Amino acid sequence: MNRYVLPLVAVLLLIPIMILGLRSDPSELPSQYLGKPAPEFNLPTLKDPTQFISTADLRGQVSLVNIWATWCGGCRVEHGFLMQLHEEQDVPIYAINWRDNRDDALKWLAQLGDPYVASGFDADGRVGIDWGAYGAPETFLLNADGHVVYRFTGPLSAAMWEQEFVPRIAELEK
Amino acid sequence: MMSRIILLLAFVLFASSASGIDTGKAFDDPEMQARYERMIAEVRCVTCQNQNIRDSNAFIAADLRREIRRLMGEGKSDAEIKDFLVTRYGDFVLYRPRFSGKTLALWVAPFLLVLFGSIAIFRVVRHRMSLPIDDEGQKQ
Repeated sequence: MNRYVLPLVAVLLLIPIMILGLRSDPSELPSQYLGKPAPEFNLPTLKDPTQFISTADLRGQVSLVNIWATWCGGCRVEHGFLMQLHEEQDVPIYAINWRDNRDDALKWLAQLGDPYVASGFDADGRVGIDWGAYGAPETFLLNADGHVVYRFTGPLSAAMWEQEFVPRIAELEK
Repeated sequence: MMSRIILLLAFVLFASSASGIDTGKAFDDPEMQARYERMIAEVRCVTCQNQNIRDSNAFIAADLRREIRRLMGEGKSDAEIKDFLVTRYGDFVLYRPRFSGKTLALWVAPFLLVLFGSIAIFRVVRHRMSLPIDDEGQKQ
């Protein structure tokens, strides 16, 4: 009887580890900037290349930074919800337009509406890399000091907003 | 007809490998080129996670290759370039993660498992050697 105890204990120990392994989604990478200042950038805006938007503009209030592009299908999916957020005017949405074509991006905003305070135009994608972006859309929640509180990857929806952002924003505004 | 089908097949089969991946050399200096190739083979493509950025034609892989070329051109060392990547994407981005507090389990666990396995085998063998030899079968 005794000889079965050790293997049994080993298996019982392994089961929860394996369940954890099955549940974790390897494509979900936490941002490396959680709790740290958002990466510095200074980009010309989409609408006016002589105007610039930088990390300094993000300080002073809780804000969102949305990484989007016209080549990104998920960005079109979430656009309607971003417009809705914009209309509610709770949190200003800034954007990094990632590796895009300026004309296409401007046409997109003209057709679908522009939910952003400003979009930085990151033509060669370097700012996207600095932010640790690995796909689009990605949405970062920043506190008033400009620190990254949370990153959401994939298209944002009302349900995900309620679940992931609302409690965090409430915490920040306490 | 046949040759057309073969040609079509060739186009379809090699279409993915033809697009995106850099052809030609990144550096004229063969030593730099070798360093570059070693480097991009060790960096994971962050969207296509089971590929390195050498083999991937995802745009993010192309961007990361470009950043590595730029940093190497600026005279950055391999360690500095790895720092650059890990700051942005975490240890996950390196196929050979660096030895640190976070990756300790990753590096030490295989050795511990071999150690435990050896101890188990040793104990089983020693136990069996102490058993009397069963020659019952030979008698019949």
